Amino acid sequence: MTTACPACVAMPMAQEVAAGPALQFSLPGVHCAACIGKIERGLESLRGVTSVRVNLSLKRVSIAGPVDADRALAALEGLGFEAYPLDLAALASAQDTTGRALLIRLAVAGFAMMNVMLLSVAVWSGAQDATRDLFHLISAMIALPTVGYAGQPFFLNALSALKVGRLNMDVPISLAIILAAGMSLFETLNGGQHAYFDAALSLTFFLLIGRYLDHQTRSAARSAAKELTALEVHTAQVLIDGQSRKMPVQEITAGDLILVPTGARIPVDGTLTSASALLDRSLVTGESRAAKLAEGANVQAGEVNLAAPVTLRAAVNGSDTSLRRMAAMVELAENGRNRYTGLADRAAQIYAPAVHLLAFAAFVAWFFATGDTRHALNIAIAVLIITCPCALGLAVPAVSTAAISKLYSNGFLVKHATALERLAEVDHIVLDKTGTLTLPAGVDVSRLSAEEKSIAAALAQGSAHVWSQALLAALEGVKPADLTVLKEQAGNGIEALWQSQLVALGRGAWLGDDAVDLGLKIGDAPATVLQKHENLRPGIAEALEAIGLPCEMLTGDDTSPARAIAARLDLPMTANARPEEKLTRLEMLKDQGHRVLMIGDGLNDTAALATAHASIAPSTALDAARNAADVVVLRTSFADLPLVLRVARFTRALSQQNFAIAAAYNFIAVPVALAGFATPLAAALAMSISSITVLANAQRMRFVK
Amino acid sequence: MNVLVILIPVSLILGGAGLAAFIWTLRSDQYDDDQGNAARILLDDPRD
Repeated sequence: MTTACPACVAMPMAQEVAAGPALQFSLPGVHCAACIGKIERGLESLRGVTSVRVNLSLKRVSIAGPVDADRALAALEGLGFEAYPLDLAALASAQDTTGRALLIRLAVAGFAMMNVMLLSVAVWSGAQDATRDLFHLISAMIALPTVGYAGQPFFLNALSALKVGRLNMDVPISLAIILAAGMSLFETLNGGQHAYFDAALSLTFFLLIGRYLDHQTRSAARSAAKELTALEVHTAQVLIDGQSRKMPVQEITAGDLILVPTGARIPVDGTLTSASALLDRSLVTGESRAAKLAEGANVQAGEVNLAAPVTLRAAVNGSDTSLRRMAAMVELAENGRNRYTGLADRAAQIYAPAVHLLAFAAFVAWFFATGDTRHALNIAIAVLIITCPCALGLAVPAVSTAAISKLYSNGFLVKHATALERLAEVDHIVLDKTGTLTLPAGVDVSRLSAEEKSIAAALAQGSAHVWSQALLAALEGVKPADLTVLKEQAGNGIEALWQSQLVALGRGAWLGDDAVDLGLKIGDAPATVLQKHENLRPGIAEALEAIGLPCEMLTGDDTSPARAIAARLDLPMTANARPEEKLTRLEMLKDQGHRVLMIGDGLNDTAALATAHASIAPSTALDAARNAADVVVLRTSFADLPLVLRVARFTRALSQQNFAIAAAYNFIAVPVALAGFATPLAAALAMSISSITVLANAQRMRFVK
Repeated sequence: MNVLVILIPVSLILGGAGLAAFIWTLRSDQYDDDQGNAARILLDDPRD
């Protein structure tokens, strides 16, 4: 291994990486037991591999041992699997410690609840005197430590809300749990008839389920978003004394000379030091036409180098470019989002004070009616327990878990907790063009004859240019023609002799035709256009029609390409819009009372994505845009876009139904509790039945089409 | 009723054993890849 790689001597980094603890690859194609066996057996035979483990749920493979990443990648591709290296630093720790802690609390609460419930059954069926007191005492010994341990998430949340003088759902929950446990302990020690240990525990148990579901959906979305980031390799090639060295983008300092290979993204802002460059700026500005730049021109991070490798001098440190922009954008997005109050929080704002007042009123009324403090307190606690928001705490998480996992299996990543609620309210859609409505320019060979195809293939073989490679990919399976005197004209194209005619493939201007970007010329005939400027994203037309909301296009591109796309989709459009103008347009729509859904992918859309009521970005978008968006579309096709809105609206409807169910239970149970008829058995029944109804209702999400 | 003195501790110990087993499975990463584990049982593999 050490001698097999001469470059390793010059690059100690490479060896260190190769001997590192583990490599991870994303394997989108792995789906069955046979794939697992094939990959694990196939990679184990690779020299240096000490262990291989495929994770089917995450569609990843981890490889441990001193093995070269490129060789592992080649081996995976040799086995017939698409594989993408993952940046381990970006993945951070794969361990979900919060989720695990919640699950342990849930298990402890479940265990204690079952045991106490069994003991309670004996009490409910008529255990008397010493037996009853013994059972209550054993229950207390199980319940009190459990409540203290498993209830911590609620207590801590409630405490932090109270500290800033606010009431949230966790305040009545904590109060009910603590009072129920405390009062029951008092009753137990004084030989009382009723103890609510089982209620305190089942309250904790059911609410922890809600909390765990909530956490699960968020962390699933977050880890998938992390994986998207990890897929991008954040390294750059820095030229030091004429030698190129790969290093993380963060370590670039201003003044470094950076080499950007063909097809790669520019890692930092800087000035061009090569004589000329052809850059795709669509992600930064929205322009669909490639920009030609000369030496000394400013280039921005995120632009893609289309032509020959170029060098540039970094104007800022690597950590500045991406991080500063991201931080600013994300902060902007978070501010806007945090002003939105979710359905559950709005319910809690009404609910929490109402419950406290009701319990207090019950205590006061019974105290004056009977003069018995202990009895009055018992009734007040029964009211607190019965009204306690078991169902309310589950109503929203249960529905949104089901909705988010439904959307995930359809290729949508929901990144924000209140995203679905906001999406359900949308009544106007603003779309970016380049990269959103359209896919980057490609090569169109459909109009070529068989003869022209074979000539084009033969010419393209002679060049390493991106367009030639794209053309070759489009012409896969075509037998190249026999050419002689093949000659490449750098920056222009490639020409050769075919049956004593001059044939050429290259830039329009060079072929003598200004109208074409990439053309094929045979003999004296006019050049045939090969480059198709932009393709409409698959499924977008049907999706917009199915959604049926007013849509408009807002693009940074020139008027003529914008008009062409707008006409095909029959959309009103604004071209040449700078990022600030996009923002202004969104604010104007907002002032008119519209709730706008922004769909965009570029850096120029990021501010708009963050400002809009809800936002969606394709997975090809820049990090900043993806971070600002609520939903990321993982598939190329937008055909399922209407599903997002349907699921969002159904989520809202189901959450409201769940609240209604919970309210209906309270409507029946509260008068019973106020009248003093609520026994621990009634409380246990009301709580379990309402929680289970709400969970079952949430499962209807599965049937959305 | 004296039987309770034995039965209650026994039921608690058995339940506690179940809880301990669950926490052990959780700590040893056995829920990290549920789909993969479901598929692996079909693997005809002499290795392990």
